[in-house]
Amino acid sequence: MKILTCPVNGPRPVSEFVYAGELRELPDEDSCSDAEWADYVFNRSGAPGIKREWWCHAPSNIWFIAERDTALDLVLRTYLYGEST
Amino acid sequence: MKDRLPHIPGEWIDRTREVGFRFEGEACRGYAGDCLSSALWAQGRRVLGRSFKYHRRRGVLSLANHDVNVMVQQGQRPNVRGDLEEVADGAEYSVVNTSGGLARDRAGVIGRLAPFLPVGFYYKVFGSRRLFPRWERLIRRMSGLGRVDFATPQLRTPKRYDFCDVLVVGGGPSGLAAALAAASAGASVLLTDETARIGGSGLFQLGADAARRAVTRALIDRVATHPNIRVRVGSCAVGYYADHWVPLVDAEKLTKVRAGAVVIATGAFEQPAVFRNNDLPGVMLASAAQRLIYRYAVRPAERAVLLVANDDGYRAALDLASNGVEVPALVDLRSQPGDGALLEAVRQAGIDSLTGCCIFEAHANAQGTLSGVTVCPLNDDGTPRAHEQRYVACDGLLMSVGWAPAANLLYQAGTAMGWRDNVEQFAPDRLPPGVFAAGRVNGVYTLDARIQDGRRAGQEAAATLGFGQAPQQAVLAERRSPTHPWPVVAHPAGKNFIDFDEDLQLKDYETAVLEGFDNIELLKRYTTNGMGPSQGKHSNMNALRVLARLTGRKPAEVGTTTARPFFHPVPMSHLAGRGFAPERRTPLYARHQALGAVWMPAGVWQRPEYYRRAGVDRAACIASEVAAVRRGLAIIDVGTLGKLEVRGPDAGEFLERVYTMRYAKLAVGGTRYAMMCDESGVVIDDGVVARFAPDVFYFTTTTSGAANVYRELSRLNAIWKLDCALVNLTGAYAAVNLAGAGCAEVLSRLTELDLSASAFPYLGAREGSVAGIPARLMRVGFVGEWSYEIHVPAVYGLALWDALFAAAPGLVPFGVEAQRLLRLEKGHVIVGQDTDGLSTPFDIGADWAVKFDKPSFIGKRSLRLVAARPPRQRLVGFKLVAGFQGAPPQECNLVIEAGEIAGRVTSIAWSEAVGAWIGLAFVAPERATEGTSFVIRCSDRREVHATVVARPFYDPADLRQKAPSAEVSA
Repeated sequence: MKILTCPVNGPRPVSEFVYAGELRELPDEDSCSDAEWADYVFNRSGAPGIKREWWCHAPSNIWFIAERDTALDLVLRTYLYGEST
Repeated sequence: MKDRLPHIPGEWIDRTREVGFRFEGEACRGYAGDCLSSALWAQGRRVLGRSFKYHRRRGVLSLANHDVNVMVQQGQRPNVRGDLEEVADGAEYSVVNTSGGLARDRAGVIGRLAPFLPVGFYYKVFGSRRLFPRWERLIRRMSGLGRVDFATPQLRTPKRYDFCDVLVVGGGPSGLAAALAAASAGASVLLTDETARIGGSGLFQLGADAARRAVTRALIDRVATHPNIRVRVGSCAVGYYADHWVPLVDAEKLTKVRAGAVVIATGAFEQPAVFRNNDLPGVMLASAAQRLIYRYAVRPAERAVLLVANDDGYRAALDLASNGVEVPALVDLRSQPGDGALLEAVRQAGIDSLTGCCIFEAHANAQGTLSGVTVCPLNDDGTPRAHEQRYVACDGLLMSVGWAPAANLLYQAGTAMGWRDNVEQFAPDRLPPGVFAAGRVNGVYTLDARIQDGRRAGQEAAATLGFGQAPQQAVLAERRSPTHPWPVVAHPAGKNFIDFDEDLQLKDYETAVLEGFDNIELLKRYTTNGMGPSQGKHSNMNALRVLARLTGRKPAEVGTTTARPFFHPVPMSHLAGRGFAPERRTPLYARHQALGAVWMPAGVWQRPEYYRRAGVDRAACIASEVAAVRRGLAIIDVGTLGKLEVRGPDAGEFLERVYTMRYAKLAVGGTRYAMMCDESGVVIDDGVVARFAPDVFYFTTTTSGAANVYRELSRLNAIWKLDCALVNLTGAYAAVNLAGAGCAEVLSRLTELDLSASAFPYLGAREGSVAGIPARLMRVGFVGEWSYEIHVPAVYGLALWDALFAAAPGLVPFGVEAQRLLRLEKGHVIVGQDTDGLSTPFDIGADWAVKFDKPSFIGKRSLRLVAARPPRQRLVGFKLVAGFQGAPPQECNLVIEAGEIAGRVTSIAWSEAVGAWIGLAFVAPERATEGTSFVIRCSDRREVHATVVARPFYDPADLRQKAPSAEVSA
């Protein structure tokens, strides 16, 4: 089983975590076109590569960002949202 | 025990303890410590099993825990391997894969049908759909391995967790050296070996040289006394999972080991040579013979020929000769023998060595076991000179022609393996971080080199964890290949087996390639090579060589198939876990139980579906609970609702961004409905928001949505960074809904709060004390009567319940089923039941709850798009015709419009208050107007007519929940 490092609780088994998809830029609701909005709502990129993802350490309810190489399933680093870009 | 040798130093058997067992119904004897195969071989038995397809007689092949020639049934245990099973006193074993027993296997006739069983048989035969069932039945009967006893009692197999700095897999010389090196650097080491004792080949590949044995013994002694090393024998590492997570399987349990680093020192599987009748009982791998001698003190044969292509074979010849086996010939496939000293030792032992020769075929006696071999010289191109035959009588033929790395765990760990010409095998090119290889699996074969390699790997593993320094040392290169590149001899009559599990002969591979299956993955599936119980441990390497030669490629270009877990069969009982599904109970659980609650799951919670009463059926119980609410007074436990609190100056702003309605201006002491959508505008949850202070909002979610809503809101606040904080009070609060016209009167006896309609109106929220308990009260209308939701700290839940029952002796508890009907009578939607993954607020008639006039909320942008489009469907209330007889439609029955699906029923129930079957259904928008009728198709295809009616069905003006009871009754 994989180990994931929660920025607050440290390394924990991945079964304690909840994955919530890629960190994506929210388009500006008022200025974006319908097509841009629909793309944001319905389309996800499955292409392998280095992605920034939302993960939550469920027992402590800590949300954070994991930078993960999805081709290698390798977590490069984890940090709280807004602490690093 | 005619073939039992005198005492052998280090033998595994205990000669003071004889055991008696039955094999195929016959009484047999052996010693404690014997495996089944060794005990039988010691008795002079040579036929120990039957092959999978042709039911050919088979004896010992590898004796290396993957010898599928000897597979037996022992009681309820199927497919027990003879080389792994320690014989138990009183045990009864019968051979699998026979029809009428091992000796007179009626299915042996199949061997003669071999020409009609071509390679790719399944694919060729199963092409006919008509004949498929017949073939399937026949093949299942013929080819079943063990028998599964469905009466097997359920076993609870323990699971354990273990941790170490360095896990060393394999207790041979390289593994021992790795463990010592890592432990000496300061790492805690777990050394595991699948066999009963550590030492590996270091204790049986001796070449009659006591010094070699002493080297390994010294390592074992140091390992045994090292304080940093724990040793687990009889414990197989069956897979490698992410981040050094390795399951160890032993007889009793599964242990999940988390290591800091892993050293794979799993060694190599000896590989058979391919020649006609290479599967006769008596033909075995040299290492199998050495195991028989040094582990079990069993003589492998009286007179044995060796077929060799490496130094290991010469050592095996010396081991045999020094243990009472006559060795008439040593046949070396190579024209130049290797080590001079070994060659000299063999000569001195009086063994005739024939270089540049092969075994052309083996011959059987009347009992079907080995009686002799035909030796031929080899041409320079590796083909036999068949006319220059020489017959050698023997009852044993030992093969030592090469090895294949036991690299399964390395592959699973993601190691990039590359071909090594110097050892004719794949070895690690690039190892993943924290994974190390040592010894034969790393392409290192000579004993000294293996020990050095183990030490290097152990030091490197320890160094990655900060223990000591990594050595600057390259992997040692072998000078002579221990593996022959082409140990294959063609024969016109075939029966030269490559895969012993599946009875695959050389010509099967030639045919498969001719038929176009010339890729290793295709060849595997078409021929079934490597798909038998041993998973190709003695066939994949030769199959790869054959394919390479047939397609004119190098083995490196052919590549290997995927090595998936598990490395070794694992009993299902080891994998089956206990169900640890958590179940939540409210603080009032015991009271419900005492009142006869019938439980139903609601998410992770258990809730009373209804309360059973003696002599009354379910429907009548529910009906009387409903009646109690409508008549005057009843109570339901709503403690399972999600209960969240958001505090802070921005709390109102936060809720406005989350929910579709407005909350910033909600008055303190007021409540408001709350509906939550996702980004696509689909309704995902609902509840009630109450404001207890300018900066304190308390709100509920659905029972099953609580955890997800809380988690998602936490994420949103991490993004928004509003000045507010979220607390999940779901488990911290108990809650009841006291419902019915009489509730205010009962409650007034327990609280100082002014309950008058003007002081505490409908949709009001108050903090106060009830029966001396601090409480939050909300006037809600979910069930359509005057009612108070009373929330108190969980520890006071029972006290509140008891106080309410004491204040109102006739108080009736009602369950979830009654509540579902009560809310249906009011036309309220249950998110998840009356909505689905596509339902927008407009679909369910909740347009009023969507406030487009605020800056944003989750789903707003999508709902603007949805609102501009023609509606797709509408949720409507309906009634069945008055006096409807027969079985009513059920939830999820379809609404049919001109033969097409136009919607579905989401809720339906008999309402005593309305006097009709009422329900909610999705219908086409043009059918949503009051008075329109539509057709529901029942499960039995009956068509039932329903009429759209206005919601609520009951008390349309909501008077009962809003006005004081006195006014209603007046």
